[in-house]
Amino acid sequence: MRSDDTGLLAREPGETSYLTEGTTLRSWLLSTDHKRIAILYAISITGFFFIGGAAATMIRLELFTPQGDFTTADEYNRLFTLHGVIMVWFFLVPSIPATLGNFLLPLMVGAKDVAFPRLNLMSWYLYIIAGIFTLTALLLGGVDTGWTFYTPLSTLYSNSYVLLAAFGIFVVGFSSIATGINFIATVHLLRTKGMTWMRLPLFAWAMYATSLVMVLATPVLAMAMLLICAERLFGLPIFDPRAGGDPVLFQHIFWFYSHPAVYIMILPAMGVVSEIIACEARRRVFGYQFMVYAMLVIAVIGFLVWGHHMFVAGQSPFASMIFSFLSFVIAVPSAIKVFNWTGTLYRGSIRFSAPMLYALGFVGLFTLGGLTGLFLASIPVDVHLSDTYFVVAHFHYIMVGGAVSAFFGGLHFWWPKITGRMYSESFARFAAITLFFGFNFTFFPQFILGYLGMPRRYHEYPPEFQVWNVMSSTGAVVLAIGYLMPLGYFAYSLLNGKRASDNPWEATGLEWTTNSPPPKHNFLEPPVVLTEPYAYHDWDEAPGGADETTQDEPA
Amino acid sequence: MSAAPILVEPFEEPERQREAMVFGLWLFLATEILFFGGFFFLYAVARMQDPDGFARGGAHANLLLGTINTILLMTSSATLTIAERAARDGWMRAARWGIIFTLMLGTAFLVVKGFEYREDLAEHLFPAAPDFSFAGETGATRFWSFYWFITLVHAIHLTIGLGCVARLLWLERQGTLARRWMVAEVTTLYWHLVDIVWLLLWPLLYLVGR
Repeated sequence: MRSDDTGLLAREPGETSYLTEGTTLRSWLLSTDHKRIAILYAISITGFFFIGGAAATMIRLELFTPQGDFTTADEYNRLFTLHGVIMVWFFLVPSIPATLGNFLLPLMVGAKDVAFPRLNLMSWYLYIIAGIFTLTALLLGGVDTGWTFYTPLSTLYSNSYVLLAAFGIFVVGFSSIATGINFIATVHLLRTKGMTWMRLPLFAWAMYATSLVMVLATPVLAMAMLLICAERLFGLPIFDPRAGGDPVLFQHIFWFYSHPAVYIMILPAMGVVSEIIACEARRRVFGYQFMVYAMLVIAVIGFLVWGHHMFVAGQSPFASMIFSFLSFVIAVPSAIKVFNWTGTLYRGSIRFSAPMLYALGFVGLFTLGGLTGLFLASIPVDVHLSDTYFVVAHFHYIMVGGAVSAFFGGLHFWWPKITGRMYSESFARFAAITLFFGFNFTFFPQFILGYLGMPRRYHEYPPEFQVWNVMSSTGAVVLAIGYLMPLGYFAYSLLNGKRASDNPWEATGLEWTTNSPPPKHNFLEPPVVLTEPYAYHDWDEAPGGADETTQDEPA
Repeated sequence: MSAAPILVEPFEEPERQREAMVFGLWLFLATEILFFGGFFFLYAVARMQDPDGFARGGAHANLLLGTINTILLMTSSATLTIAERAARDGWMRAARWGIIFTLMLGTAFLVVKGFEYREDLAEHLFPAAPDFSFAGETGATRFWSFYWFITLVHAIHLTIGLGCVARLLWLERQGTLARRWMVAEVTTLYWHLVDIVWLLLWPLLYLVGR
């Protein structure tokens, strides 16, 4: 093995990339290069992912037996709060946008960088500061309110570090707002010559739709968290029922953010999966324009369904009926996307590579998560299933099965571009399959548990539920192996991986036209776009294209 | 005429850079509108639930100081706009004085607000205090909770705005404001938002009880 072919930063003599522009810690921590900021984010969210995962491990350990023998009820409350807070705000929300989005969006639109590079760096620092606040709350003894911070528990009764955690969430919101503003401005103003709106890759569209939701929803969460801080810090009785306050009002403004936040997590995943499926099936995305409009419609209707979290919270039945109807409506664009991914596969030349396995896993898990969402959107069923493990299983199918599978798929798909190295394909396929089975093994039993009536957020349960809980905890071990394996072969790939060519998957898209890893300013010459996106084949080879219609036409 | 603007990465044309800065700031203003929108929503619901209680609480708000503050802020919006237009056209003396007047008016607002807080405390209008005047009256209690919360949040916004305007003065002293007048433009946009929020708070806090 030649010495210049090994090691993290090994390169051909004279080769430069964003990785070689300065190797000091300072050159990373003060870099305004979107690619380096993406790496900073990737490292930090991985850290938070494992902290949140450790809490999940302890939750599953406790639930292995019906008795509360591993933790006390209070410790259990703090564990699932920690798990939720860390996973939602410090992993899932920034996961795809801040890492893959930061790295790829400027490349995909043919720009040198995002519109506001310094704001981009600031967003990472805000994320870290917020993380320190939240981790401090955790080290001091944790928070016991659940990630939803419902009043009056969070404001009057909770004897834990709510203030620090809520302030951390307030600050991390600014980090996602900064990312959102940057992405919207980048897509509007920095598209290269020929990159019209309808030539944008679906991943870029997904980032755009996600950013809209980030920019318009996060400030309302900031207000909710600030009100909790004011009530705890100064004793202003804003939600205190004794002073005439209305705790359900808090739920309204909390879910006005937190339901759209689900779309902050799932829209980027949809973008990633669209890229992978088109490339690995060698097909144009079926119904590209419908895919774009479906994402925008999801982003808009996502703002109008928050009340379905409050069907049993004493909300007016008329409000519940409207929210129920709108929640059914949002299933339509989601279904359009699933049908179009399937349509893209039709007559494709499918490669079952690791990214493709993750992407196909996403489609299955997202469909199951979405369909069970319809159960919960219908009021009579929800009254039975509210606050049971059915809900837990449903949102884990979307947020973990869906979003995390897509994140891993995207990480594999663009790994050669980001690092300039190939990973071990066979290990990666094995990990993808392990993750898919481990996930279903963990969370499918929870649908049954919820249907049988096991409530969320209890550390003890009646013995008849044990068989399903043991199944779920065992599945979690398999799932954990699926999560840990990529750490191993990715690290190996950084040190010893084969050099990647500029376009190892023969994919379309501007990011594949530059070097792997890309140079500091992304492109040596500003690129010009002359074709539609996903030009994997001529139009007349598409399903319903010229050759097919001539065959089917009656004589 | 204005001098050639200073370009920052990743822009290559001044017009595009200005467009991006203004567009980005408007996006930020959209987040601010939703942020304060969350508050106005809570205020609207609470007042609908108990309009009389709100009126009883609101009658004790200090209308004189609130109105003086409204006038101070509206004037400061005018002076900052003059400064921004002057910087764009290269009239740096007018720009400097516009900025200085804005800083003075903004600071005066905070000083008046401080005196008003002192009077409010003297009249026992802080809901968390044990000697609160309206103890047991839910509508008035909620009014005063909202009053303290939102005026503090507004004051923080104004303080950040003062910092941004002070930066303009610093740029002017450095002699680069003429080439970076877009910074003045976006600062003015933010300043106006803080003023408009106050323009909504003035009737909601000082006029409801009268």
